[in-house]
Amino acid sequence: MTASDFSTVLPEFLLSIYAMAALLVGVWFGKDKLASTLLWSTCAVMLLVAAWIGLGGGGTHQAFDGLFIDDAFSRFAKVLVLIAAALILAMSADYMERRGLLRFEFPILITLSVVGMMMMVSAGNLMSLYMGLELQSLALYIVAALRRDSEKSSEAGLKYFVLGALSSGILLYGASLTYGFAGTTQFSGIMQVVQAGQLPMGLLFGLVFLIAGLAFKVSAVPFHMWTPDVYEGSPTPVTAFFSTAPKVAAMALIARLMFDAFGQVPAQWGQVIGLLAGLSMIWGSFAAISQRNIKRLMAYSSITHMGFALLGLTAGTVFGVQAMLTYMAIYVTMNVGVFAFILSMERDGQPVTDIKALNLYASREPTKALAMMILLFSLAGVPPMLGFFAKYAVLTAAIQGGYIWLALLGVLTSVVAAFYYIRIIYFMYFGKEVEPLDHRMPAVQWGLLVASALVTVFGVFNLFGIEGAAQAAAAALVN
Amino acid sequence: MQHLLSIVIFIPAVAALILALVQRGGTEAADRNAKWLALTATAVTFLVSLFLLTGFDPSNTDYQFVEHYSWIMGLQYRVGIDGLSILFVLLTTFMMPLVILASWEVKHRVKEYMIAFLLLETLMIGTFVTLDLVLFYLFYEACLIPMFLIIGIWGGKQRVYAAFKFFLYTFFGSVFMLVAIIYIYYHTGTTDMPNLLSDKFPYTPLHILGVTIPGGVQTLLWLGFFISFAVKMPLWPVHTWLPAAHVQAPTAGSIVLAAVLLKLADYGFLRFSLPMFPVGNMVVGPWAMWLAVIAIIYTSLVALVQDDMKKVIAYSSVAHMAFVLLGIFSGTQQGIEGGIMMVVAHGFVSGALFLCVGVIYDRMHTREIAAFGGLAKRMPSYALIFMFFTMANVGLPGTANFVGEFLILVGTFQVNTWAAMLATTGVILSAAYALWLYRRVVFGDLIKESLRSITDLSTREKWIFAPMIAMTLILGVYPDLVTDIIGPSVTNLVENYHEALPDNLLSDLVEH
Repeated sequence: MTASDFSTVLPEFLLSIYAMAALLVGVWFGKDKLASTLLWSTCAVMLLVAAWIGLGGGGTHQAFDGLFIDDAFSRFAKVLVLIAAALILAMSADYMERRGLLRFEFPILITLSVVGMMMMVSAGNLMSLYMGLELQSLALYIVAALRRDSEKSSEAGLKYFVLGALSSGILLYGASLTYGFAGTTQFSGIMQVVQAGQLPMGLLFGLVFLIAGLAFKVSAVPFHMWTPDVYEGSPTPVTAFFSTAPKVAAMALIARLMFDAFGQVPAQWGQVIGLLAGLSMIWGSFAAISQRNIKRLMAYSSITHMGFALLGLTAGTVFGVQAMLTYMAIYVTMNVGVFAFILSMERDGQPVTDIKALNLYASREPTKALAMMILLFSLAGVPPMLGFFAKYAVLTAAIQGGYIWLALLGVLTSVVAAFYYIRIIYFMYFGKEVEPLDHRMPAVQWGLLVASALVTVFGVFNLFGIEGAAQAAAAALVN
Repeated sequence: MQHLLSIVIFIPAVAALILALVQRGGTEAADRNAKWLALTATAVTFLVSLFLLTGFDPSNTDYQFVEHYSWIMGLQYRVGIDGLSILFVLLTTFMMPLVILASWEVKHRVKEYMIAFLLLETLMIGTFVTLDLVLFYLFYEACLIPMFLIIGIWGGKQRVYAAFKFFLYTFFGSVFMLVAIIYIYYHTGTTDMPNLLSDKFPYTPLHILGVTIPGGVQTLLWLGFFISFAVKMPLWPVHTWLPAAHVQAPTAGSIVLAAVLLKLADYGFLRFSLPMFPVGNMVVGPWAMWLAVIAIIYTSLVALVQDDMKKVIAYSSVAHMAFVLLGIFSGTQQGIEGGIMMVVAHGFVSGALFLCVGVIYDRMHTREIAAFGGLAKRMPSYALIFMFFTMANVGLPGTANFVGEFLILVGTFQVNTWAAMLATTGVILSAAYALWLYRRVVFGDLIKESLRSITDLSTREKWIFAPMIAMTLILGVYPDLVTDIIGPSVTNLVENYHEALPDNLLSDLVEH
């Protein structure tokens, strides 16, 4: 390990050190006395690291002979992952504490999975890709089953683990095929083989298996089966986490793998990704119609949104990657707000997930209902909210890439999806009188909900500069 | 006054923001303040928009009051008006204060109600003045949100069904336009409407899945826009959301819907279908005209058998909008001028008719025709005003509607004699259903016990009707007020349209 290698991986390194130190401290002080302090300090550390990465130096650096790549693309994804993780941690503190779930392992596990995600988006080799992916996944399996006394939570953890292991197996099989036919696990090496001429059939198989393994992580149809159950069963803060940071990391990883390793054959992988995108958009929209549980509904919603993000990638262009990154940033913004709201849905202190419980919510809580309405319209892609611009970007990319049918499919499914988003608005604004939900909402959740709604509205002025950052990131990846 | 247009667009939005942030809703005083603020804002908007009229040079067919800033994602904030759009803007700003006045008796969530209408005004004006395709889509589509809430929160018994139907129908229609817009952007690299007008989209026939599409890309783009506008307009057979929405919407919502929101589609035909895709219009336009003819006859017949007053007027709106489509798609000077005239006239008259229904609905809480009869005895001024607008709706000479219908039929006659002849029957049918409705509600003996104590129009109500009566009469007697403003722009549009059609178009379409 040379000094330059070390300085390249310094953020990940420090974050790992922090996680291990926190583990020691937590064990030393016994039980969960420090859990709350640890949670907030983890938040602060993640935001600091995000600021450091985001504001730090530019350029592209490689470490460990190309195993690890630090470029504008990975920095964009890392900042997004870190901020999302920190915000979700912040909003979950109150919820976890009151249910006795706030164990000191929770922030540590989240930190470790974040380190895994940072590794994923910086991977330059199938080995480091797998390492990051597994670090992330193992931590997530545990937090899904965090509520040990709940059957559903345990089921969620187990289901996620079994299916996750299967997908890892598929991914590894694809990786070994790729290695066999390319003779290397290095992305740049695979690229050379791909560019050399006729693509070996085995490599194509490897590619498909790799995509299948990764599609599981972004819960693209037909690898989405786990999503609704895991979303429903996991404690809500964990669900919030699932729907944001890991999705960003996995999406970035797909982009990295496609462009860095298989970049010259978008004709080959474009169809596969396009198929996943199309199926996700269709199934995500239609299956959500019958959902009454807001967590399951958000699961299908995230499947649809991943379909749209994949639509951006399908194009195989710089603009497509830029559109995908913009989409993910906007998606995370909206989801943070929506989940802050879902966390506060309680009746007599017990969490409520039935959307019917929101009946006439707006007459009692006008501000929260308004913020939620803005977010839901935005998720549905109705202008002038940011969600529309996200969809506009990926649709433009898809049409530029010649996938006009896919774009048509996308807009049609967005009409279907609009139905289930505005049905929640319908309950909140036009519904019948029911037993009201609790008024209580911790300041952090309230702040995040309102802030996210405000960003969704006022972001239309200049997108808070993420456009330029996404452009730089996309340019760094595609070249 | 280089920002005049933006000022007109955003005054209502700023007022809405002030209401949302400053005003505490709930108390009676707060509700009163909210109403007055909304009324002031819309009135100021109207007064400021008059500067647009005075500063407007009709002989100049270019865009005026243009503002241009670059924006995110390569999009532009670009606004401006010409002879085609200025009247739409003025119609909107003229109607909105009346709409606010018409909803003076709203009791339920007044603050939110006013915010919704103010936002709606900003979005509607924005749609009419924008010169950028994506911005157009943005404003056009965003109108759904306030209208959805207006129907859903302040509507009648079936409001949820109506609100959903309204939202999903129109959302479904407009996504095709979005794809067409993105395709245009991809094809030409710009979404700037003035530039796009000089750009000719290819019209060589396309072969897709063994089907030959004459007019090729232009036809497809034309269809993309047309589906969206046809739903919004609404054209038969996708008109079914309109009666539902009208019947369930509160009175003010119905007025806005009929007077302005439907006009977004007519504006779209003028702005996109004709000038941007002339060949597409050539290929599919005649079919659309036949749909309009069906709409005129069919919806007029349907209007005859309704037992809900609002439904009669809603179906009458569908028929009149189909007239506008005939006029515009005829591609003639008279037809298009008649279409715009009709848009303005229908704005006043249908708005007033919905208000007429609203007036007695407020008193009796029913809109069923059978529940009324003999109102002339208790409500003489109401009977007079209702009579006036019924006659205007029928197209009596001396009202603006007559000018519009006449010009439309003249224009249509030149290109499609049969369509014009059949459409004329719609005029007769409209007399039948409108006069019959009037007879059943206003004439006859006052035998219903509940009607004996009904009161005549209040001063406020009379004042709402007054400007609409005045405008209908003035434009009916002296239509030059309108045609002078729109004339040069329409001439320009018609000339460009015919120039853009290739000479050997028919043979081109057949041969390839």
